[in-house]
Amino acid sequence: MPAVSKGDGMRGLAVFISDIRNCKSKEAEIKRINKELANIRSKFKGDKALDGYSKKKYVCKLLFIFLLGHDIDFGHMEAVNLLSSNKYTEKQIGYLFISVLVNSNSDLIRLINNGIKNDLASRNPTFMNLALHCIANVGSREMAEAFASEIPRVLVAGDTMDSVKQSAALCLLRLNRTSPDLVPMGEWTTRVVHLLNDQHLGVVTAATSLITTLAQKNPDDFKTSVSLAVARLSRIVTSASIDLQDYTYYFVAAPWLSVKLLRLLQCYPPPEDAALRSRLTECLETILNKAQEPPKSKKVQHSNAKNAVLFEAIALIIHHDSEPTLLVRACNQLGQFLQHRETNLRYLALESMCTLASSEFSHEAVKTHMETVINALKTERDVSVRQRAVDLLYAMCDRSNAKQIVAEMLSYLETADYSIREEIVLKVAILAEKYAVDYTWYVDTILNLIRIAGDYVSEEVWYRVIQIVINRDDVQGYAAKTVFEALQAPACHENLVKVGGYILGEFGNLIAGDSRSSPLVQFNLLHSKFHLCSVPTRALLLSAYIKFINLFPEVKATIQDVLRSDSQLRNADVELQQRAVEYLRLSCIASTDILATVLEEMPPFPERESSILAKLKKKKGPGKLPDMDDSRRSVNGSTEHSENTDTTNKSSTHSFTDVLNLNPAPSSGANLLIDVFSESSAPAAATDVSEENFPRFVCKNNGVIYENQLLQIGLKSEYRQNLGRMYVFYGNKTSTQFLSFSSSVSSSDALKSQLNVHSKAVDPVIEGGAQMQQILNIECVSDFSDAPVLNIQFRYGGALQNIAVKLPVMLNKFFQPTEMMSQDFFQRWKQLGAPQQEVQKIFKAKHPMDTEVAKAKILGFGVALLDGVDPNPANFVGAGVVHTKTTQVGCLLRLEPNMQAQMYRLTLRTSRDSVSQRLCELLSEQF
Amino acid sequence: MPFLCLFMQFMLLFSRQGKLRLQKWYVPLSDKEKKKITRELVQTVLARKPKMCSFLEWRDLKIVYKRYASLYFCCAIEDQDNELITLEIIHRYVELLDKYFGSVCELDIIFNFEKAYFILDEFLLGGEAQETSKKNVLKAIEQADLLQEVRYVIKPPWEQ
Repeated sequence: MPAVSKGDGMRGLAVFISDIRNCKSKEAEIKRINKELANIRSKFKGDKALDGYSKKKYVCKLLFIFLLGHDIDFGHMEAVNLLSSNKYTEKQIGYLFISVLVNSNSDLIRLINNGIKNDLASRNPTFMNLALHCIANVGSREMAEAFASEIPRVLVAGDTMDSVKQSAALCLLRLNRTSPDLVPMGEWTTRVVHLLNDQHLGVVTAATSLITTLAQKNPDDFKTSVSLAVARLSRIVTSASIDLQDYTYYFVAAPWLSVKLLRLLQCYPPPEDAALRSRLTECLETILNKAQEPPKSKKVQHSNAKNAVLFEAIALIIHHDSEPTLLVRACNQLGQFLQHRETNLRYLALESMCTLASSEFSHEAVKTHMETVINALKTERDVSVRQRAVDLLYAMCDRSNAKQIVAEMLSYLETADYSIREEIVLKVAILAEKYAVDYTWYVDTILNLIRIAGDYVSEEVWYRVIQIVINRDDVQGYAAKTVFEALQAPACHENLVKVGGYILGEFGNLIAGDSRSSPLVQFNLLHSKFHLCSVPTRALLLSAYIKFINLFPEVKATIQDVLRSDSQLRNADVELQQRAVEYLRLSCIASTDILATVLEEMPPFPERESSILAKLKKKKGPGKLPDMDDSRRSVNGSTEHSENTDTTNKSSTHSFTDVLNLNPAPSSGANLLIDVFSESSAPAAATDVSEENFPRFVCKNNGVIYENQLLQIGLKSEYRQNLGRMYVFYGNKTSTQFLSFSSSVSSSDALKSQLNVHSKAVDPVIEGGAQMQQILNIECVSDFSDAPVLNIQFRYGGALQNIAVKLPVMLNKFFQPTEMMSQDFFQRWKQLGAPQQEVQKIFKAKHPMDTEVAKAKILGFGVALLDGVDPNPANFVGAGVVHTKTTQVGCLLRLEPNMQAQMYRLTLRTSRDSVSQRLCELLSEQF
Repeated sequence: MPFLCLFMQFMLLFSRQGKLRLQKWYVPLSDKEKKKITRELVQTVLARKPKMCSFLEWRDLKIVYKRYASLYFCCAIEDQDNELITLEIIHRYVELLDKYFGSVCELDIIFNFEKAYFILDEFLLGGEAQETSKKNVLKAIEQADLLQEVRYVIKPPWEQ
């Protein structure tokens, strides 16, 4: 490359830059800059017209000043003027200035667009490229409006130069990101997909990025890209390293393109076509094989490029989650990297293995690397790598290795960096609880946590240990003994005093038989800590004391003395003073019986999700907790709950089921009734199903679903998790009896396996003017989109009446709202980024666009409405979990109103495409 | 939609003294935000020791960085994006600069900052690799240079 040619360059610019560099102080720099700004301003304003070169030089100086971090408020016009120069470098500087200092001044935008338009039409490829780069860099809406329809034409035109195609592809990608509604791909789709076959690898590289972005939005439209991508990938991985000439990078064939193709394939499930699928598997195997070959170069670039492709291939294998052999091979490969001398590779291996740990196929294989990971925790010098090791240990933990992993985490905690201590504490607390077989181990672990890292033990952690001890009587004695022993330490953490005070106050009696821990000893021990503690802990201790008075009458006098002392009764803190006064009074006047009742042992806490888990989720985002809800990802990333579902769900589900008397076998009663009374053989088929009011029940549960001159049918429903109960009220509007009244629920064949509806038999007679109630019990087995039909038949004055009503049992009824923070939401949102997981609909508002009404509807839909998550306050964002018997599906939604256009855009992301689809259909009809 | 597919969010070049030499933003941000991000990131990266790994989690992004002589090249990518290929994007860019300027140094980038931007635009567009062939990128830049009578790569005045 010819280096430097001296000459007229922009000498003034170079002088200015070196002046700035020679400035000894910030002030001097600012002074020099202000002088220059004044100079440029006068030149721009001066009478003499500036030539192109001077204009370019001054604009470039302004740009330099801006890039130094100073504000620039003029010169835009001169930059725009440069666009129309026919000297390339002048044009180029003009475009650079505009790209860096975008200005929303609308007049200017029009001028800029005009310049771009001329260059696009110039047929000069270098000019066209400049224009396209500018659009891609600025990416504003105005530019999208002006050029979104033009660029696809440039992209697919036969006579377009390759380099222009490349710029056009990425330009379109950028516009699609900023204004997707303005980039209509429709007619271009096929030709764009076929760019994957282009001769020029640079064109393929740029086009692959574009297609990936578009395929995420409209996977169906770009389905054909899968086979082309596989073919292309296959050609690359099997090519000799010199085949691709300059696209070979340090002996690796087209690494960037390979990574992009593998990423594109992650927009889709494994190919259904067997030949295609096996070809893809071959590619992935080849990539895995290459990792085992000796390196072709010692350069780090060689190994980085090769491994970049390998990691992307592993990401695809994990995404497909369907080939056990590949998953295990991937895991073994990562296992090798765990001991690699490159820190970067160890980091990435730990990270990637975390996702493998959550696949049921590779969980066991990941576990075999436990020792190495533990070793990493002890020896890695970089805290970010150790952090990954903690994450991986957490992800691979199960019942079989919990004790060891928890022990290792605890010992690491002693020396861990302050920045990650709290997180480790939470993780240990969760694992200890989740995998506790015997709860003495759990209690020991938590007390150790407090001993080692008391400052990082949040309230959630010690609340939780108390909840568990109170709820499990088998561990109470042990807990009392252990806290008693731990409190013997001369210096113990205040959190231990809290736990100790609470547990001894409840269960001190269980160890009082031993003279070494007699009531008085226990009390003295606690009280010796009292003066060192903060107000809330002291308050807790006072409550422990009054509990002691009840448990141990023999220490009553001692404790009363303490309560009576000035330091308590006249304590400056009102809470402490009040407790002292009230407890003292209570102990004096109440009889033993009353005291025993008031100070009775705490009742068990209602079981609920561990608050610690909630906290960790908040801290890390659910994405970092692949294994948390015990769901292992099964095929294609849907989550299936295994038998270890949260105890909460289990117990409440069971009790609810019992109350409802859910009968798995279809009830014979209703059928019998139909058989006996039916005169027309197929009552439902003969009638039109009324579904007029159906949509009105999407966001509410009660109301009138059907009415004619004779009959009114009202509904009241309640849902909890995957179960529901519906009360159907039949009102006879006439003064005459309905006879042979029967009603039953029928479902389509598909729906039968997805939704159980059990109706109780009804009385065959409804008196004139009377109302009758029928109860339907509903169980959602898996996600569904059909609706059951209520078939009613009765005789009114001799005529047989047939009515069929579509019952408003929709998928969203089984929502449980989920509150989450903004960070969690976006993390989760990103995770659900696969194209099938997202469904989006843009539609016209059918009702007036009222914020409060919209909020009420979203809440009625069953999700939690999340405030402050969306940067735009006009948008609505919600989250919830759809509970079915077989699985739970997390769902995120976003509704963006556009008042001017009277339109909405609704986006739903769930882990299951059928759910996204159905929920979107249901909700979009409501606005 | 801010959270769709994976792409580079921005690239920063700064010196060991923390001076920003080049900034390229592929997401729309206000000047204030850009300055804040730059400040925070420069501090974080400069505080890292030489043997540490080249990736770090930062806010909800991942930072991939590498030091070449006195300059730090630093890219922000999304959490699930490919770290190693990003590292090689940095390297390829360094190679391009090196080839163009002939053994590039920080001063070349200071005095010919606009060239550094032009080369980057030929290589990366919208945060995605546009042309990964070194030959093709340089060919594009050279062609542009030929359109001008005189090459104007300049060295600081005292070297002239």
